[in-house]
Amino acid sequence: MTLSRRSLLKSSAAAATFAVVGLPSFAQAIDELVIAYNVNLPSWDPTVGLSAVNPTIQGFYQSVFDLFIPQNTDLSFGSGIITDYGWNDDRSAIWMDVREGVSWHNGDPLTAEDVAWSLTRAGNPDSGNPIQFIWGKVNNIQTDGNRVTADMPEYEPTFFKWMSFLTGYVMPKKYYEEVGAEGFEAAPVGTGPYMVEKFERNAFVRLKANENYWGGAPEFKTVTIKFVTDAASRVAEVESGNSHVTLEVPYEEFDRLKAKDGIDGVAAPISDIGMIFLNDIEVMTDPNVRMAAAHAIDKSLIIERLLSGYGVPIDTLQTPDYVAYDDSIKVPYDPEKSKELLAASGYGPDNPVKFKIQTTKGFKPKDYEMVQAIVGLWRRVGIEAEIEVYEIAKHFELRAADQLAPAAFYNWGNSVGDPTTSTGFAMFGPSPHSVWDGEDTFNAILPLWGEADEAKRIEGWKAVDKRIAENAEVIPLLQYVQPILHTDAVKVTPHRSGALLPHLMTRA
Amino acid sequence: MTLLRLILLRILTTAITLFGVAVIVFVVIRVVPGNPIAMMLPPGATDADIARLQAQYGFDKSIFEQFIIWLGGVMQGDFGTSISLRQPVSMLVLGRLPATLELSIFALVIAVIIGGMMALTGTRYRDTKTEGAIDVTAGMALSVPDFLWGLVLILLFGVLWPVFHISGRISPSLNIDFTTNFYVFESLLRLRFDVWLDLLSHMFMPALALAIPLAAIIAQLLKQSLKETMHLDYVTLARTKGYGEHHVITREALPNAILPTLTLVGVQFTFLIGGTVIIERLFSYEGLGNMAIDAVINRDLPLIQGIVILFALLFTLVNLAVDMLYVVLNPRLRHA
Repeated sequence: MTLSRRSLLKSSAAAATFAVVGLPSFAQAIDELVIAYNVNLPSWDPTVGLSAVNPTIQGFYQSVFDLFIPQNTDLSFGSGIITDYGWNDDRSAIWMDVREGVSWHNGDPLTAEDVAWSLTRAGNPDSGNPIQFIWGKVNNIQTDGNRVTADMPEYEPTFFKWMSFLTGYVMPKKYYEEVGAEGFEAAPVGTGPYMVEKFERNAFVRLKANENYWGGAPEFKTVTIKFVTDAASRVAEVESGNSHVTLEVPYEEFDRLKAKDGIDGVAAPISDIGMIFLNDIEVMTDPNVRMAAAHAIDKSLIIERLLSGYGVPIDTLQTPDYVAYDDSIKVPYDPEKSKELLAASGYGPDNPVKFKIQTTKGFKPKDYEMVQAIVGLWRRVGIEAEIEVYEIAKHFELRAADQLAPAAFYNWGNSVGDPTTSTGFAMFGPSPHSVWDGEDTFNAILPLWGEADEAKRIEGWKAVDKRIAENAEVIPLLQYVQPILHTDAVKVTPHRSGALLPHLMTRA
Repeated sequence: MTLLRLILLRILTTAITLFGVAVIVFVVIRVVPGNPIAMMLPPGATDADIARLQAQYGFDKSIFEQFIIWLGGVMQGDFGTSISLRQPVSMLVLGRLPATLELSIFALVIAVIIGGMMALTGTRYRDTKTEGAIDVTAGMALSVPDFLWGLVLILLFGVLWPVFHISGRISPSLNIDFTTNFYVFESLLRLRFDVWLDLLSHMFMPALALAIPLAAIIAQLLKQSLKETMHLDYVTLARTKGYGEHHVITREALPNAILPTLTLVGVQFTFLIGGTVIIERLFSYEGLGNMAIDAVINRDLPLIQGIVILFALLFTLVNLAVDMLYVVLNPRLRHA
């Protein structure tokens, strides 16, 4: 069998033809924006089921639907479908004004009835809304013109904040009742800046601009969001020009690519934090051990060395964007103090205190490596921690059963920025998301849930954070920074919530 | 009669195998840590909320009770509803199966072509440097796992020389209104060559990544088999009749030498289908494997069960088909 010149030419021609015909359509002037997204979109109804409380896919929902109350890019609250809202004097009822002149994607007008129905449906325990425990706090929902009113027998200070958060979306009453859950899943209709044109599960969603959007038509008329879950593939998507924008790439790749011609990058802090849960069992009942562990961690060094500097050290569960952030609360890196604290409890480098720390590996950027570094820092002061790697599903199960190891690495998202949804749920013993059972913290938090005086409520949470930091009941580590890579022909505005929103993208 | 008995026997063993797989999968995924209910708990969930959710998904019952209920549904074609996707499992897995099958078949075709060419060339130029080069190439191809080949291909044909699509199965801008999910076959039938080429352009890299290790195995085994056959008397007779080396290898030796390779290809094809799990993820290809990873991450128990059962069914059917083909091709078995 010999390879002749003729056969070689034939093969080359065939390969070239195939390559040219099958060539991806690289962008010149961008008509259609292509985004390589890091997660799949499992389901379109943003108010029910597991995906409704998945923070990583809220960007899809916010492109097609409107939150009752939108959040600006800095997490402040804006004016949206609900333009104005408030409580009555004794805080036993709420009122909301609904924007007029808004249309659903199918052309139906949005009415106050839609808002009332959305709230009623969300509060129904049988609806499958995971945040029903909040929406169920209002009843007797009525409409009068463009005003919606409801009774709130038990005051809930965060009710309106939840209207910007998980499952807080306005749904189309008439359309949903006509097509049902299955029909809605097949052809979702919202009032958001984009309309769903085509959806291939696990592959892509193609969006068309809503030219009648109340907030102004988006600049890109067609947006394709490809679900590219592998980070290396996302990097290749942008590097090859197949996609214009991507996110959540390794920081090293982010630095490498943004230095290349034609590719730009934006890295901004988001509302996700990395932290170590401390479970008050075994040696963690000793405050000296906890405080020693907290003071022995050099957060800045970890961010610098492992995350290429992309991260913000934090000492409470509030980030600087949150309403209850208090920059006077500090837990400094002080290994000498750690040694003293451990010595006071009879421990030291020759007689280390031992416990287990659990962590995910690859769930968040450098999660396992960070824990390895922390364990190394702990070893220097007399703490010998054994690392156990687990999957995120196991973390949830153990946390709900209050069976986490004495220390467990986790990340916490709180785009609404309220202290109840950070310190509150993470540190209040009865919460299924808390493993801290200390009575003092429980008693300090309890009166804050229904505190009607907002200033007093926020000050109360700051005081709780202060005593938690002083007693090292949790070890906050860092606020994450989200890396977004994009072609320099596109301008990307990041959102502090971490949602990548195509309607915030414009031509550069 | 032998063939019929063999088919009946294999159908029986297939049913027993599937039942065994179902039992194992059902029990194992419920025993390993990672409760799906814990993943969907809202922040303020009370014990009553947790109990309500468990009852809603049937997790409040014993594993045995859950299995009986699930098996009853399966007997009627109902594999349950996916927890994360909130759609019938049977619809989801059958919807994805064509994509995975097309990718696997394409990969198999590539592997057979490359492996076959290497074996024939190696046999033709046996005991020369060419054969040595083929052996070294096959060794290298075999020693690198398919997902690493995938990364190499992405770098080569996705970034450095971007001629193929890196992710997905079809370009979103193409409008298709097909009746089946066998896009490759249906696009050919409908003479939609634009779609066909686009599909191939998407499938080429994942298929090649899957095919490279299998091609190396085929090359090694077929070449060995051919070399052994080349020493047999009937091949020598063919040579003495004046046939050229090309004719002797392809017409005389190959039909006999191919039988062991065929069995191996059948077995390896099932591994190739299994390999799609990682490769589909890497290339964001919308097949069964990609869905399987999401199902495991989300602890979507009904979906995991459905996918595993379907994979098990595929494996047994492929093995059955190979056995049948072996009987058809091997006269000694056919007339036994």
